[in-house]
Amino acid sequence: MKDDGKKKRIGVFVCHCGVNIAGVVDVEKVAELLKDYPGVEFSTDYVYMCSEPGQQLVLDKIKEDKLDSVIIAACSPTLHEKTFQSAAELAGLNPHQVEIANIREQDSWVHPDRDKATVKAVKIVKSMVEKAIQNEDLEPIKVGVFKKALVIGGGVTGLQAAMDIADQGYEVIVVEKEPSVGGKMIQLSETFPTLDCSQCILTPKMVEVTRHPKIKLMTYSEVESISGFVGNFKVRIKKKPRFVDEDKCKLCNECADVCPQIVPDEYNMGLSFRKAIYMPFPQAVPGTYTLDMESCLGTLPIRCGKCKDVCDAQAIDYDMKEEIIEEEVGAVVVATGYDLYDMKALGEYGGENYEDVLNGLEFERILSASGPTGGKVQRPSDGKVPKNVVFIQCAGSRDPENHNSYCSKICCMYTAKHAMLYKHRVHDGNAIVFYIDVRTGGKNFDEFYQRATDDESILYLRGKVSKIFKEGNKMIVWGVDTLTGQKVEVEADMVVLAMAMTKADGVPELMKKLKISIDGNGWLAEAHPKLRPVESLNQGFYLAGAALGPKDIPEAVAQASAAAAKVGALFAKDELMHAPTIVPVIEELCSGCGICVSMCPYGARTLNAVRKVIEVNEVLCEGCGACAAACPAGAAQQLNQSDSQIFSMVKAILRG
Amino acid sequence: MFEPKIMCFLCKWCTYAGADLAGTSRLEFSPNGINLRVMCSSRIDPQHILHAFKEGADGVFIGGCHPGDCHYVEGNYKTLRRVTLFKTMMEQLGLDPKRLRLEWISAAEGKKYVETMNEFTETIRNLGPLNLEEKTLTEEGVCHE
Repeated sequence: MKDDGKKKRIGVFVCHCGVNIAGVVDVEKVAELLKDYPGVEFSTDYVYMCSEPGQQLVLDKIKEDKLDSVIIAACSPTLHEKTFQSAAELAGLNPHQVEIANIREQDSWVHPDRDKATVKAVKIVKSMVEKAIQNEDLEPIKVGVFKKALVIGGGVTGLQAAMDIADQGYEVIVVEKEPSVGGKMIQLSETFPTLDCSQCILTPKMVEVTRHPKIKLMTYSEVESISGFVGNFKVRIKKKPRFVDEDKCKLCNECADVCPQIVPDEYNMGLSFRKAIYMPFPQAVPGTYTLDMESCLGTLPIRCGKCKDVCDAQAIDYDMKEEIIEEEVGAVVVATGYDLYDMKALGEYGGENYEDVLNGLEFERILSASGPTGGKVQRPSDGKVPKNVVFIQCAGSRDPENHNSYCSKICCMYTAKHAMLYKHRVHDGNAIVFYIDVRTGGKNFDEFYQRATDDESILYLRGKVSKIFKEGNKMIVWGVDTLTGQKVEVEADMVVLAMAMTKADGVPELMKKLKISIDGNGWLAEAHPKLRPVESLNQGFYLAGAALGPKDIPEAVAQASAAAAKVGALFAKDELMHAPTIVPVIEELCSGCGICVSMCPYGARTLNAVRKVIEVNEVLCEGCGACAAACPAGAAQQLNQSDSQIFSMVKAILRG
Repeated sequence: MFEPKIMCFLCKWCTYAGADLAGTSRLEFSPNGINLRVMCSSRIDPQHILHAFKEGADGVFIGGCHPGDCHYVEGNYKTLRRVTLFKTMMEQLGLDPKRLRLEWISAAEGKKYVETMNEFTETIRNLGPLNLEEKTLTEEGVCHE
């Protein structure tokens, strides 16, 4: 602790907050009692400290009485700490010399006894005076900003975020683990409640992204590691070899024609087949083929190697290697999306054993004009047109005992859409929906649901399905109609499960790398659920889309734009201000034991092996103080919250 | 009636905000605890706790974020380890470990904060005053409550 022998001149300003504080606490008495407290030069009370004249009073007194620290005894520091810091700065006082004594939220509002509340207020104010006595002037630590963003995920959320950041004039790298961007949305047939074609609205955006001069697209790539801090991240991106040169490939399809190896097609949810060398779907971006080496028969001529022979463009390169690409970025947008809950988990519905029990995404493919049936509703087992289709909502959702406790939010709407589209294609077919509740919060959502029940004669049965089993070529569905209390048995040709949305594959591992916390369900945790919904507490990371929890396309897109705006706000600054309340090292006391190094979650502390002292990267230090508590020598002292300050504050609280 | 003195160390992000929420919700509770705001519960050194007892505290409370919610990744786990160890030490020193309480209280748990404060005040009230300074150390360096 710096001791220049100069006595502090502290000003104490006790706020009445109308009757909020003064109604309980004897504010005049508090101000009066503080007048003689060591270090206090001036003490007063005022009706509203945060008002214009209140702030002016602080300002004037700082100048008049040459105060070098002020205590505002008022509401919680979360409300007006910044207000008074700015006011003090106007008077030439360092903002770190302003302390708030919380005598409203933590005193007058919770303790109605006037005497007790007043005694407590005095102690609270005295403890802050004790802190202020040892407060030092601190200057914010300035760091530069690398004005380039990384977007993880190339679904609709990631693409929107990338576009919006790039349109603000900043460079963007989009990393997508699949061979093409497009995410889940590209697999959908139509979207609720407008029934516009999903591909028709998404593919132009995909193309736009590739053509944008500020966007660099990295598909078939994954984030390997990330280090650094806000404004200055270093990212290592693993680019998997696709064995086809994107620039040379002419999309002639000759390679796929000769490829003898057939594997289930991921894009069509395994309802059709693709070759080992393939293009995920016709509108794939980047428009190129990918050789799936795991399925390939072999590249040596003796095994196969046919594709390379037929490629006139000489785009196929069997020697392509995995690459690690390093990039520097200032901000990261995480838009890793979702996956569907595993069918295997739903044993009572046959798990994945029955071909004619589909999940929502599989049914989307069947409905899609680009799907395995060209948009004709045919069931997978025998290709027949199903005349009775049962739709089951909340499959894996809202079931805390067995599956997920949360509501997957979009299923009510997409089931109505599914049933409706089915009726549009199979006019004499019957659609029966089992539901627990129908939740249609959203613009034009309930109207859409009304249309499904009223105009499209879709039968909604309130109840849960207990079992699905196969009898002959029919699926027997056992359920209960909870409105009439009767058991229901339906002979269905096909069953569609509105599968729960769940965290995307690999999310916990990736979030560990990014130091982004996830909740018990694996959804990303926002910095504040109401006020900072697209930010992570880990600075410089912004979150958007279904990775945060179940949501529909417009919500995901809105979050993407919001995250992009946040990135823009970050990049608008040339320098970032880092809080200076860090924990430096007093080298004279440091023995270089390294205990603090293991305490630091940010890698801000390193041992200089030659000098045998700890060195601190002040930009990485977030000021939690875990190291200060662990240092056996007292060499790690948090600025403006030193051990000495804590001791004095404790004493004031207990003896004051 | 004995009014215990309770020293409370609250982390800025969760428990301090929870205490603020108790205020905005106008939840009434015993005024025995006085709060000191720290950035993270892991800032609390066992020295601070001992110091509080020495300065006349009858009980010490530490409030942090729920496991997994720490603003500084894992500070609360560090606190948990330190407090667990320190409680064993308290026993060896002849201090009742019940005089120290660690609780995870989030920014949304104003009610839990209030209940914890009332409960802890009652616990300490039942234990009676500590008066650590007046206590004499035995030959083994153990003080007797």
